[in-house]
Amino acid sequence: MYTIVKKEILNPTVVRMVIDAPAVAKKAQPGQFIILRTDEEGERIPLTVADYDREKGTVSIIFQIVGATTEKLSHLNEGDAVCDFVGPLGRATHTEGLKKVAVVGGGVGCAIALPVAKKLHELGCEVHSVIGFRTRDLVILEKEFDENSTLVKKMSDDGTFGEKGLVTDALRALIESGEKYDEVITIGPLIMMKFVCALTKEHSIKTIASMNPIMIDGTGMCGCCRLTVGGKTLFACVDGPEFDGHLIDFDEAIARSSQYREFEEKKREETCNLFKKEVQ
Amino acid sequence: MPNMSLKKNPMPSQEPNVRNSNFEEVALGYTPEQAIDEAQRCLNCKTKPCISGCPVKIRIPEFIAEVAKGNFDAAYDILSQSTCLPAVCGRVCPQENQCEGKCVRGIKGEPVAIGRLERFVADYHNKNCNNLPEKPKSCGHKVAVIGSGPAGLACAGELAKRGYAVTVFEALHLAGGVLVYGIPEFRLPKSIVRKEIEGLKALGVEIVTNTVIGRTFSIDELINEQGFESVFIGSGAGLPKFMGIPGENLKGVFSANEFLTRINLMKAYRDGVDTPITDAKNVVVVGGGNVAMDAARCAKRLGANVHIVYRRSMDELPARHEEVEHAIEEGIIFKTLCNPVEILGYNNPDDRRDPKNFSVCDIKCVEMELGEPDASGRRRPIVKENSDFLIDADCVIMALGTSPNPLIKSTTDGLETQTWGGIITDEGGLTSREGIYAGGDAVTGAATVILAMGAGKNAAEAIDRYISSKNA
Repeated sequence: MYTIVKKEILNPTVVRMVIDAPAVAKKAQPGQFIILRTDEEGERIPLTVADYDREKGTVSIIFQIVGATTEKLSHLNEGDAVCDFVGPLGRATHTEGLKKVAVVGGGVGCAIALPVAKKLHELGCEVHSVIGFRTRDLVILEKEFDENSTLVKKMSDDGTFGEKGLVTDALRALIESGEKYDEVITIGPLIMMKFVCALTKEHSIKTIASMNPIMIDGTGMCGCCRLTVGGKTLFACVDGPEFDGHLIDFDEAIARSSQYREFEEKKREETCNLFKKEVQ
Repeated sequence: MPNMSLKKNPMPSQEPNVRNSNFEEVALGYTPEQAIDEAQRCLNCKTKPCISGCPVKIRIPEFIAEVAKGNFDAAYDILSQSTCLPAVCGRVCPQENQCEGKCVRGIKGEPVAIGRLERFVADYHNKNCNNLPEKPKSCGHKVAVIGSGPAGLACAGELAKRGYAVTVFEALHLAGGVLVYGIPEFRLPKSIVRKEIEGLKALGVEIVTNTVIGRTFSIDELINEQGFESVFIGSGAGLPKFMGIPGENLKGVFSANEFLTRINLMKAYRDGVDTPITDAKNVVVVGGGNVAMDAARCAKRLGANVHIVYRRSMDELPARHEEVEHAIEEGIIFKTLCNPVEILGYNNPDDRRDPKNFSVCDIKCVEMELGEPDASGRRRPIVKENSDFLIDADCVIMALGTSPNPLIKSTTDGLETQTWGGIITDEGGLTSREGIYAGGDAVTGAATVILAMGAGKNAAEAIDRYISSKNA
């Protein structure tokens, strides 16, 4: 069992948890992920490592409540435990030798983008963070991005946070104003990453996208997380989760991510009803 | 006087039309009377060819002689000297190519049902004997085993019996490897795997789940920081193969590993479980091995109409005979001499957001004929021209075999592998690194439970010799 040592509500649908997992904490790097299972009947879900404390032996995860598992997870409290927590899985973000990078995060993807920005910032890289949210109420980690970036562009769909517009609008403005990036790293909804990659391709800027497909084992065994990159089938769990954004077949990834949507929605509703009953 | 019946005692089984909609075990096992009657068919011949067919060299005629006398406990003792997983092997070994394939009774009539007797003895023991084995005296040495599948469990069991402190590291949340994620409940009940693992724990084996070697710890850390004197790699051949044909990444196309893991490990077929599984109506399974049979029979149990597509003929199917027979009885349709060339996806031109878009709707196949034998000795399938046709499918399962997981190789300096990824070892399982041994599918590529067990046991003996000589 892996104990939840801290729980924090970041916004109405996004939660941060600090989990006691010394072996994972010892090895974790930005860009890597863990797989957890809440209980014996639970499914295995991948979540990217949001932070780690090697001394305390803890790993932070940040998740959005979207399905049954994240719903269940959100009802656990400090002192409770999840039954399985395995990692760190996948390859770490390549951060060495980069001088100037734009980190583009969208929604809860910002939780995954932050450790990358932080690591680059620590290495002395000039970090321009572009973070986007639908609306002000959903903003997370604003302060942390301010602390770990040379420049932060804040965007929202409705203009309640930063400027009104998409992250691609801000990134385009930066590029067109003459900023030269060694690399763009983008983490967020697939559709956002697709358009970020399309933009940077126009400008021939190397772009890394962090993929989060459906997974089961996370060690290369099931092939569920496969995606097409440069015409080849690769497994996000062992070959990724980060890939050259200009080579990813995003349309395929978007379609594949919807494979269990109906089931997930139904299951989440069932789970919510169970919790409501408990409250009554 | 031996029982001279030419036929095996038939295995009591669930009726095909009942079992094809449940996940309970198909074969119900012999009664003591049936077991004794079957055991009396053994001639106890001098040459004992059956033993030469057994990868772990079980003293078959001896255990059968005890069964014939009704001494089931004595029979179990003989079995357990050679195998640590008799209840498993009695169920999943391809006996027709091993012990039973060599049995002299098979020359005229059917061989002695050695597998069924092995299963009977193990089940009898598990049902009637609750005293777990005693923990042997410690020899004071530590060995790490990577992977808790058949190779790892056999290696761990053998070392534990010799007094080693063995820690088994498992990547998944449950021990058993392919025995829990791959082989379905109706062929190998998970309670049996659990029981066998409890036996190993009683011997002192420690099992650490949720630990991926190559990620959570490296092999070098196990040796240098955690004090293991030797490491056995039994990480299996995990990576699923795909055909490389168009449409393989459509929604509704699965590797057999994924499909079976959802069902067996995650129990997705049960109510109240969070893991989803397809509710496809028309499933096509590609491949002809045991894994293909398992996937097809699981799909049938989920209520689908199931085809197996295999490029050679029924005679070349690599699956165990019994699995093929069971699959046919359960209503699975075999399209042999047939090979897929493309998987077609649904595409609604009027609605880009139609959730059915990008889902499998058909599989295009071509007919095959058999030509000259190839390097494997099997006749090479050749495409018949202009023979393509469609099979209606909303789910395609690729059961084409697996290749070794590269994670350990890529994180262990100096560990040599074949070009296809298999770890290179000598006969005793020693790799190119001192103190590091390997066996099972990680070395051979996808093979059988019993071969992996044999390799694990063999490596345990080599590890024992290595550590003993080092400390002599």
